[in-house]
Amino acid sequence: MESLGVLLLHPMNAYLEQELDRRFRLIRLWDAPPGADARAAFLRANAAAIRAVVGNAGYNADAALIDALPALEIVASFSVGIDRVDLAKCRDRGIRVTNTPDVLTDDVADLAVGLAIAALRKIPQADRYVRAGLWKAKGDYTLTTRFSGKRVAILGLGRIGLAVAKRAEAFDCSISYHSRSQKPFPNYRFFTNVVDLAANCDVLIVACLLNAETHHIVSREVIHALGPEGVLINIGRGAHVDEPELVSALLEKRLGAAGLDVFEHEPFPPEQLLGLDNVVLVPHVGSDTEETCKAMADLVLQNLEAHALNKPLLTPVI
Amino acid sequence: MRPPPPPSDERPLVLLAQPLFPDFAAALASRFRFALAADADAADAAEGRVLLVGLKPVTDEHLAGLPALELVAGISVGVDHVDLAACRRRGLSVTNAGAAFAVDSADYAVGLLIAVLRQVAAADAYVRGGRWPADGDYPLTTKVSGKRVGIVGLGNIGSRVARRLAAFGCAVSYHSRSPKPSSPYTFVPTLLDLAVGSDVLVLSCALTDETKHMANREVMEALGKDGVLINVGRGGLVDEPELVSCLRDGALGGAGLDVYANEPAVPPELFGMDNVVLSDHRAVITPESMRGVLEVITANLDAFFSGRPLVSPVQL
Repeated sequence: MESLGVLLLHPMNAYLEQELDRRFRLIRLWDAPPGADARAAFLRANAAAIRAVVGNAGYNADAALIDALPALEIVASFSVGIDRVDLAKCRDRGIRVTNTPDVLTDDVADLAVGLAIAALRKIPQADRYVRAGLWKAKGDYTLTTRFSGKRVAILGLGRIGLAVAKRAEAFDCSISYHSRSQKPFPNYRFFTNVVDLAANCDVLIVACLLNAETHHIVSREVIHALGPEGVLINIGRGAHVDEPELVSALLEKRLGAAGLDVFEHEPFPPEQLLGLDNVVLVPHVGSDTEETCKAMADLVLQNLEAHALNKPLLTPVI
Repeated sequence: MRPPPPPSDERPLVLLAQPLFPDFAAALASRFRFALAADADAADAAEGRVLLVGLKPVTDEHLAGLPALELVAGISVGVDHVDLAACRRRGLSVTNAGAAFAVDSADYAVGLLIAVLRQVAAADAYVRGGRWPADGDYPLTTKVSGKRVGIVGLGNIGSRVARRLAAFGCAVSYHSRSPKPSSPYTFVPTLLDLAVGSDVLVLSCALTDETKHMANREVMEALGKDGVLINVGRGGLVDEPELVSCLRDGALGGAGLDVYANEPAVPPELFGMDNVVLSDHRAVITPESMRGVLEVITANLDAFFSGRPLVSPVQL
């Protein structure tokens, strides 16, 4: 298996990198000298050896990279979302693609609910307030609204959406959702229209995959329907949300609050959000726990090993 | 709809240990006639059967000089600031906020737990400080789902915390004065054993002479270097200097605190720690809890004045 040349696109995880190095022939894309030309030369020099690419949410096998790698057989993504993999091109070339479903479901759902409580109850704001030495009198208080019993709406009722629903139910939240088709959960109210979904909830959680149909699914209209008491939680992809609209809605208080793990141009969240008290901002940490990253890495490694041994892939997308 | 005040003032007299919060006064004024006990005229002091207390300490001195007093009604769930022994000696009943604050307390405990384990507050500060482009990805944290959670006190708050965390796949055990046979969770006979077998300890019990400083060095060391302490009860449940030293030494992994020994003073050494989430005793400061406690107070006063059983009596 040392003969399987694997191109790792970014230093995404130390354990993953160490194991790729140990089990395969690892080529690190960031070893290329800086500049587009140098990078292209680096890829040409290594192209014959590269049969596998390991990418993640932020850095993945796009058309240009796939074109530069004629020997490419498999893309094993260290993520469940593969919106940055050019699937059409992979299909054309017969390139297999794997991702990391299930192992990260709990972490992402935990964070979604954690962000919702943090946003509604202003937990990070309380922490900043105390650390700044501003808590001077016991009588000072900031009123925030209860999380339990809120109407929770979920965009996408896949693995992550369902895990969010299960947690929210324990807080006596009612659950509604929108997805491509209705699911067999009679206790969860299905909406065919995202604006109606937003109009009938208190907290909207984005948990669907990103593709052409779901790009900017949280539009100006949806944000308007969510309203000045509404809360948006995004644990999907930044591109699910019309970010400039979101920013102006928050600044103008047309949207109540937001908890955001993802942004359109990571690692650059919109400047204007950085001073707001009604948002919680975290740097794409949805599945970033020791336990889950190890499980994700193991899945990537197992998929690559299976491919190298001509065995069935564990979690193929195509 | 509240009835309008009757023409001749037939509203029952309620003495106040301290001025009411304005919203409380507004909500209750049509039903009850309030007089500050310290300024009460002779007639009111002699007549007053109820003393409605706030958050300031209530001592035997406050109770003396009120010969008709029968009930001390509180607006909080904690009554550790009331001299309960004096109330017992004087044959008084005491009521608290009952379950009015339980939901918000439980939600907040869970919110703090997730915020500590996943470092939500620290990661938020990281983003606001421009460190994401500058310093790269935030370091890995630890998974919430599946953690072993030990709840201290399985009352109104603790039982709600348990139900919520069970939905995250957490294994829930508890310690309390006595086991609750109807509870699906595992009872652990000592706090130390609970700490040994837990990744997270949630304090949600009353502060009494028995529970004061129950979270001491031994308990925190048993919780361990990866263990997390969440306190939404009272600051006095924790030996605070030991907490600071355990966190500083790495003997305890992290803490989420809404309450402290000497509010609003917070040990400044905590301000530099990313594994701690600090909050200003706001767990129950929601309009929903405020409405809830007003309902409980009104219900207790109504019950008292019509000779019916009190709604949320405290066992003395």
